[in-house]
Amino acid sequence: MTKWTEVVELEKIPVLGSRLIKTRTQIIAVFRGSDDQVYAINDACPHKKGPLSQGIMHGSTITCPLHNWKIDLKTGSALAPDVGCSNVFPVKVEGSKVYLQLQPELAEVSA
Amino acid sequence: MLKQQLVLIGNGMAGVRTLEELLKLAPEHYQITVFGEEPYGNYNRIMLSPVLASEKTIEQIMLNDDDWYAANHITLHKGKRVEQINRARRQVIATDGTIAHYDRLIIATGSNPFMLPVPGANKRGVLGFRDIHHVHQMLQASSQYKKAIVIGGGLLGLEAANGLLKQGMDVSVVHINDTLMERQLDKPAAKLLQQSLEARGMKFLLQANTAEILGDERVTGVRFKDGLEVEADLVVMAVGIKPNIALAQSTGLHCERGIVVNDTMQTITDPKIYAIGECVQHRGIAYGLVAPLFEQAKVAANHLAQFGIARYQGTVTSTKLKVTGIELFSAGDFIGNDKTEEIVFKDAGVGTYKKIVLQDNQIKGAVLYGDTVDGSWYFQLMKDGTDISAFRDTLLFGQAHLGDSGHNPETRVATLADSAEICGCNGVCKGDIAKAITEKKLFTLDEVRAHTKASASCGSCTGLVESLLAHTVGGEYSATPKTKPLCKCTDFTHDEIRQGIVKYELKTMPAVRNHFEWKTPDGCAPCRNALNYYLLCAFPNEYEDDPQSRFINERAHGNIQKDGTYSVVPRMFGGLCTSQQLRDIADIADKYHVPEIKVTGGQRIDMFGIPKERLPSMWKDLSEAGFVSGHAYGKALRTVKTCVGSKWCRFGTQDSTGLGVQLEELTWGSWMPHKFKIAVSGCPRNCAEATIKDFGVVCVDSGYELHVGGNGGIKVRVTDLLCKVETEEQVKEYCGAFTQFYREDAHYLERTAPWIERVGLEKIKQAIVENAPNRQALYDRFLVSQVPAQVDPWKQIADGAHADEFAPIAIEA
Ligand code: SRM
Ligand SMILES: Cc1cc2nc3c(=O)[nH]c(=O)nc-3n(C[C@H](O)[C@H](O)[C@H](O)COP(=O)(O)OP(=O)(O)OC[C@H]3O[C@@H](n4cnc5c(N)ncnc54)[C@H](O)[C@@H]3O)c2cc1C
Ligand code: SF4
Ligand code: FES
Repeated sequence: MTKWTEVVELEKIPVLGSRLIKTRTQIIAVFRGSDDQVYAINDACPHKKGPLSQGIMHGSTITCPLHNWKIDLKTGSALAPDVGCSNVFPVKVEGSKVYLQLQPELAEVSA
Repeated sequence: MLKQQLVLIGNGMAGVRTLEELLKLAPEHYQITVFGEEPYGNYNRIMLSPVLASEKTIEQIMLNDDDWYAANHITLHKGKRVEQINRARRQVIATDGTIAHYDRLIIATGSNPFMLPVPGANKRGVLGFRDIHHVHQMLQASSQYKKAIVIGGGLLGLEAANGLLKQGMDVSVVHINDTLMERQLDKPAAKLLQQSLEARGMKFLLQANTAEILGDERVTGVRFKDGLEVEADLVVMAVGIKPNIALAQSTGLHCERGIVVNDTMQTITDPKIYAIGECVQHRGIAYGLVAPLFEQAKVAANHLAQFGIARYQGTVTSTKLKVTGIELFSAGDFIGNDKTEEIVFKDAGVGTYKKIVLQDNQIKGAVLYGDTVDGSWYFQLMKDGTDISAFRDTLLFGQAHLGDSGHNPETRVATLADSAEICGCNGVCKGDIAKAITEKKLFTLDEVRAHTKASASCGSCTGLVESLLAHTVGGEYSATPKTKPLCKCTDFTHDEIRQGIVKYELKTMPAVRNHFEWKTPDGCAPCRNALNYYLLCAFPNEYEDDPQSRFINERAHGNIQKDGTYSVVPRMFGGLCTSQQLRDIADIADKYHVPEIKVTGGQRIDMFGIPKERLPSMWKDLSEAGFVSGHAYGKALRTVKTCVGSKWCRFGTQDSTGLGVQLEELTWGSWMPHKFKIAVSGCPRNCAEATIKDFGVVCVDSGYELHVGGNGGIKVRVTDLLCKVETEEQVKEYCGAFTQFYREDAHYLERTAPWIERVGLEKIKQAIVENAPNRQALYDRFLVSQVPAQVDPWKQIADGAHADEFAPIAIEA
């Protein structure tokens, strides 16, 4: 079973910008595209853990602020020629609110 | 959606490059079919010369093998020549009967070697030099026969002759003119070239007119118009190329010398049919080098992908000869006329010759022999139309003499070990780069940057990487094209866009993107930042800044550190401070448990390791103690460094400290194309290092020397003297006017040093020193833009602006 957690109002995320969600164990960046699509990703670049939340977003890609790697927010993968991947989290927007699945599904099943 | 059918005739360099560009832009758009007369995948034709000289193998020059076609779902008909195009039915038909339907067709049939129409030209042993088959035949001949004649003393002929010489043949080059390579070299350079080739054993017959090829079935010799006969077992004709237009002509496409195309590379007869490469004639010119063809390929791909806005406008080309050990470069009009001047350097002893042709202080052409290290630099200056008057006296000595420590010669690159580090920022070695260039088939600087990260950071090794690229791929390396688009989202240049913003009053980012037909909906990191700045500069009172289009440092008003914390640098005007201010900083540092404090190179204090969420309250305390942001993070006015000056120093001529404070009060808060630093020194001892600043003042007894365009960073550049003035008021006016001119004219991320080298000091003097009303107008515009700019961002945020940016959302989970 999947559990959705309400995290933020959509309006509170700037268009082409991010907000940080801090849980006890993790820091997640939620992004809002110019089409209001929302993405959630572990706030650590696969390169050297740069805070992706602080990067510049374009389309569904984020450019890391530290060394300009580009990460696909849909999959968490670095765009070629770089290689690496960061965790992404399922997101949904209902009404004016953004919900996340904070636990990756696998963890729940094995718990 | 049913995919459109795209057919390419000609599996050569230009055609396949178009497909590669197209696959990058619109991989799903077309079902692609390729016909190639040669029985191979796509190979690097240029490298046939090194193959002939046994410096490379055929395998090493393959660009795309069968797997590449398969991986991209391209149907390749190897070894099939198209003999008919049926435009009514939109079909192409190959000699073996294969038929393919097209919605769009690309003709890239290249050219054929021009064979002299003399009797006997069809005998066995008489060859052109164009493809792998020719190279095989030459190699075979060299193993059986001894004597070769190459007809044609141009690039191709000399490369062929060099290869055959390396294969142990006895080679004579026959040339109709009295000097070699007359289209690329002037007489003195040609003479040097001839001497060094003769030293290798090559023979020359100049001013020789071929009359007949002798022999029965196979060639045995050549007879010339003057009656002379020379023995030969192999004759290579390299007297020119003829665009291969027979197929296009037979289907009724308008051809002159080549297939005539428009600026989007469509044939003028049938817009469904594109033509590119050597078979094409564009604005009257048929090109025979790859750099222009690759540009054509980009444009055609862009149009096929339906982005539709790129235009091909012709290319300026340069030449190199790929004969190992001979360094030769030429570009543009290197002969000159009665309106041009020339500067020449010749040292026959070491075999060096350099000639630069100038007109109105711009480079019109250049020939270099022996030492070609600066070829690409001259070529760039020529294409950019740079005014060289400021460094004319050292021009011939090359870029290294401009204090460009990042520049290094290609010849030096060649001698470096594979383990030598080229890019200090990313730790990339020569071996890594060379390997990536060959294995991944990289042709341009951008590609090398993307794949290896070399020169992708501070850029100081760009010169080395370019040299390495040129060294590794030889003549095909194309230097950065002249009209460099702002970024990959657009084909327009910085200048075109800046002018458009003002002219059409484009006041928002979407308006700019719309007007210039951007290819991406939101732009990318570089162009968003640039546009945000251009709009802010053009409409200081109207444009609303877009925080999402600023690098994090400017958005968060602090320098992001490697661990994600920030540094805090309050402004200390002119480096001057009071004991109370130092006490306040100390107290605040204690309160926020600042782990490290440092005095910066800019004469102020840096506090490191502050978590983002604590920034607003720390700034509030600083603001209450009277500090404003030092903009140590911004493309903005950074610091005004000062020295002691007349108030205390026994040598001081003017109040440099006081003037520095005034200049910082005038300019702080101003956003710029790049960071901007000022310094004021109290005497020519120059303790504030004013002559490596963007704007530097050196006080002298009779007034103030104003210096501009210095840089102490990656490439050290000493300032140019702008002028001398007499009063502090004048210093402020000139400083404001210069700053505003830079703000309005430079490209985003271009510091004053490269800007001045690009536009020339003369232009700046004219705008500021020689034109008082213009200086006044610039200064006024600067003052207007400073009104909204001089608001302390730290205080605004401490007061609650953009609070969400700084506070994370805590979730119990
Ligand atoms: C703090 C300071 C070093 C210090 O402790 O002294 C410093 C620190 C940095 N410099 Fe610097 N520079 C500092 C003075 C200088 C100076 C000396 C000066 O200004 O007199 C120079 C050479 C002078 C010049 O700029 O011409 C200098 C040339 C650079 C460059 C090369 C610029 C160039 O055009 O070549 C960079 C890279 C860049 O800007 O792209 C750079 C970039 C940086 C960055 C911002 C790197 C970055 O992008 O993160 C460093 C930030 C560290 C941090 O987080 O705070 N820093 N930097 C100095 C801050 C001065 C200040 O009070 O604001
Ligand atoms: C030895 C040599 C050295 C060179 N050195 C340099 C250099 O240093 N720098 C530089 O910039 N340029 C150099 N060039 C020139 C460069 O190679 C050409 O400009 C470039 O290859 C032209 O590309 P293209 O696609 O127009 O033609 P090509 O690469 O010739 O491709 C055309 C292809 O179309 C095929 N074809 C023709 N008709 C048909 C048909 N009807 N059906 C099917 N297929 C057909 C041909 O077989 C050929 O494979 C050199 C050329 C040679 C031969
Ligand atoms: S402070 Fe400047 S010189 Fe020092 S490491 Fe950072 S960028 Fe390099
Ligand atoms: S940490 Fe993200 S690019 Fe280096």
